[in-house]
Amino acid sequence: MLASLEGAVTAAVLALTAVGLSLVFGIMRVVNVAHGEFFMLGAVLAWWVSSWFGGHVAIGFVAALVIAPMLVGAVAALADVTILKRIDYDPERTIVVTIGLLYVIQQVVLMTYGPEARPVEPPFNTRLALPWFEWGENGLQLYWPWGLSTTSYKLFVIAAAAVVLEAVWLLMRHTKMGLVMRATQLDGEMAQVFGIPVERVYAFTFGLGAGLAALGAVLIVPIQQAHYLMGGDPLLLSFIVVIIGGLGSLPGTVVAALLIGMSDGIISVFFSPTLAKILATLLVALVLVFRPQGLFGTRTA
Amino acid sequence: MTETAKAVILHLGLIAVLFALQFVLPAYHHGNMARVMVLATYAMGYNLLFGYTGLLSLGHAMFFAAGMYGMALTVRHLGWTPPPALLAGLLSGAVLSALVGALALRTVGVAFMIVTLMFSQAAYLTILYFTTWTRGEEGFVLQQVQRVFWGIDPSDPTTRYFLALLVFATCLMLSLWLVRSGFGKVLIAIRENEDRAQMLGYDIFAHKLGAVVISGTMSATAGAVYALLFGYAGASFAGVQYSILPLLWVLLGGAGTLIGPFIGALFTFYLIDITSGYTSAYMAVVGAVLIALTLFARQGIGGEIRARVWRGLP
Repeated sequence: MLASLEGAVTAAVLALTAVGLSLVFGIMRVVNVAHGEFFMLGAVLAWWVSSWFGGHVAIGFVAALVIAPMLVGAVAALADVTILKRIDYDPERTIVVTIGLLYVIQQVVLMTYGPEARPVEPPFNTRLALPWFEWGENGLQLYWPWGLSTTSYKLFVIAAAAVVLEAVWLLMRHTKMGLVMRATQLDGEMAQVFGIPVERVYAFTFGLGAGLAALGAVLIVPIQQAHYLMGGDPLLLSFIVVIIGGLGSLPGTVVAALLIGMSDGIISVFFSPTLAKILATLLVALVLVFRPQGLFGTRTA
Repeated sequence: MTETAKAVILHLGLIAVLFALQFVLPAYHHGNMARVMVLATYAMGYNLLFGYTGLLSLGHAMFFAAGMYGMALTVRHLGWTPPPALLAGLLSGAVLSALVGALALRTVGVAFMIVTLMFSQAAYLTILYFTTWTRGEEGFVLQQVQRVFWGIDPSDPTTRYFLALLVFATCLMLSLWLVRSGFGKVLIAIRENEDRAQMLGYDIFAHKLGAVVISGTMSATAGAVYALLFGYAGASFAGVQYSILPLLWVLLGGAGTLIGPFIGALFTFYLIDITSGYTSAYMAVVGAVLIALTLFARQGIGGEIRARVWRGLP
């Protein structure tokens, strides 16, 4: 029960990060290896913004929640215009370039922010205990054991992620921007012919994808700490999620994020975390080899 | 003079220069050069797959590590002498690359890159999982007595330099012969136009698998020799960074040229050596060079030479 709640927090953040990756891949056909670093950048900026704002911790946190993803999105959009556009989004060169971007972002953060891990105060953090029944001496007894408690902040993370995902879904399905993005996804050249500013759509998409990763990071920072190497795990996990969910499919990505996030918590109860990672990595590699359309994908690509 | 004679002279000339350098280099650069030659051997293995066959792998560190650990673990835990241990390293590289190749070659393009990355990550985590034997990130040192064979002591700087040169020269000439052989020409044909090569009746899968195995085994050779010459094996050599570095060396030196990997490895080694004197964040330079190369010089140094000076550069 507790493992599944921890898993739900992981899954919520993972879903945000992976949907960002999936959007970028779906619309631009770009595999963004630097995605994990945008996640890390979000966390580090959250620390900066929240420590810059004085007063109540909640003010700093809300400011971070707004400013960090915007800044990261702007950085990503800039990278798109200055680098990715110039190489015509050629798949292999894009990967090489985003690997370069990964090291530049990571090491610049190391130079400026330093190698320490720093915490961000959660805006509220009351402990919520869950009741537990047990048959004791006096009949059925109600317990409030420590092991079964969670914090209000963790529930907030789950709710916030759900709201944001819903918003992304609405953006894609029911707005003009979403329509334009989907048109670009279907056929970039045709969209261009119909007067859609494809280049600006790409820049926006790349920024949005990175911003989602940064948002996930801001949400997780009060639970984990901000560190310059924290981008590795989210990158690997998002890849796993996006591949299992079917490349470029948003609902598939969310379902896979829930599956991976929840099972990550549960598997690591039974196996050592390293063994769990080995198995997950091999599984994903084999999925890509034998079912390239993903476990939930139906398209034959 | 025929193209073949020119190519042979160029590469023998490089080997001769490296041989002569041994007598003039100061001690510090002398040690560096030995390291660069071993790393360049790794890069040449990578280049056979990336530069000549057109397959971009993001997981070659697992082959390098297979050679390194195949050699170092048999010496450390089974008490083998270096010659059979080196063979064990080569063999583990060959077996692993055949296995990975057979699976990963079912995919193409971006999926191939991700699959190799994933397999390599799994290999890295496996090394960490068996920390009891491999000592994980910290790694372990092979004692000098464990490394002496046939009266040769690889920890002596001069001997080390010659052994590194021997391995480098062998792999260089082997590669030269390979890319000019029928097999190598088919690989280049696959790189240029896979469909057309297939239509001409070549078995694409078998040729690609052959390229993966040769490339993986050469990388494993470099790994095993690295463990022998420098007496150290550690998990960091299996990490993502060591899969990216050969890509950088080859891109910088010129993919699909034989001397490219050496030029790239040499250049990058000193670039990192110099910048790490100023900052611990030297990987930022690696990243910036990768971006700059992709944007401005896709062909690398070797490619520029081929375009401007000598079209027949192998």
